[in-house]
Amino acid sequence: MAQFEILVYPDERLQQVSQPVVEVNAEVRNFISDLEETLSFLPGCVGVAAPQVGRLDRIVIVDISSRPHHKNHGHLVLINPVVTFKEGSAVGREGCLSVPDYTGKVSRSKSIEVTAQNELGTHVMYKMVGYEARALQHEIDHLDGKLFLDRLVGKRNDLKKRTDF
Amino acid sequence: MKNWYMLTLVGKDQPGIVAEVSQVLFKAGGNLGEASMSRLGGNFTIMLMLHMETEQESVRKLLQPICEKLNLFFHIDNIVADLHQHIDPNYRLSVHGADQAGIVATVTSSLAKSDFNILNLESDVGGSKEKPVYIMHIEGFANCGREELEKSLQLLKREKQIVMHLIPIDTMVG
Repeated sequence: MAQFEILVYPDERLQQVSQPVVEVNAEVRNFISDLEETLSFLPGCVGVAAPQVGRLDRIVIVDISSRPHHKNHGHLVLINPVVTFKEGSAVGREGCLSVPDYTGKVSRSKSIEVTAQNELGTHVMYKMVGYEARALQHEIDHLDGKLFLDRLVGKRNDLKKRTDF
Repeated sequence: MKNWYMLTLVGKDQPGIVAEVSQVLFKAGGNLGEASMSRLGGNFTIMLMLHMETEQESVRKLLQPICEKLNLFFHIDNIVADLHQHIDPNYRLSVHGADQAGIVATVTSSLAKSDFNILNLESDVGGSKEKPVYIMHIEGFANCGREELEKSLQLLKREKQIVMHLIPIDTMVG
């Protein structure tokens, strides 16, 4: 087990597109274990993507179970995740391990459906809403070389009541 | 030695103010920090942090001609930069109602009693001239729970006949 160092913007690797994982083998599982350990030492953080530690493979971990008031699926390891359906939009505040000391408002789809493989290579599908859907969209963005900075909405507020701040 | 200054510029709004002022500062070797510009009642207002290897008097001499040309009042303060110390808000309060004196004072006083630290406040007067509407958004940080904040705001809602929505902000960090 090992902990990785988190890359910090403007590291160029954070803006590169990650490659699909061809085979979910022991080496990939070892990497995932280390990524899980890395995440466990990052207080308040609900997800991490492989490119954040310099590995340009399409692997993310999302775990919002520390916020049980948000509907969630627990600890998820998702390999080659693809959003197959999205609906609605909501503005919420996001931060990122790779962008210290800054948070901003980002518009995301309210609900999504995603297909992926888990750490055993099994194909899985999840329907997510609100905070968990936001977290996964944030992590999938990392796989496409995008940061939440690329999706900031203006500082000005509107009167609409938001559901997932 | 490099010093940090807070520049405050106010005047009649017109296109190009930020570009002209920032060019003058940049060409003189200044580096801008955080800035906030807003148009308040048709007036241009901006506060911006300036990092520059010069004394305050030199900054004044630099700004004088451009501010005279653009018809701006300006003010300079020496400051401690304190960058990279952002506090994330955990509550957002939206307020609206018929415009009346005292909305800001009463709402913020109520929040202050709960040690609510205001991090961002924006307000506008909208509606028609005959029936102006006051709209305010506050973001801030408080250690207390939502119920405590809601309780103190309830009374104000009835007193001032204003609508208030208190929304927790749950920042997602990934």
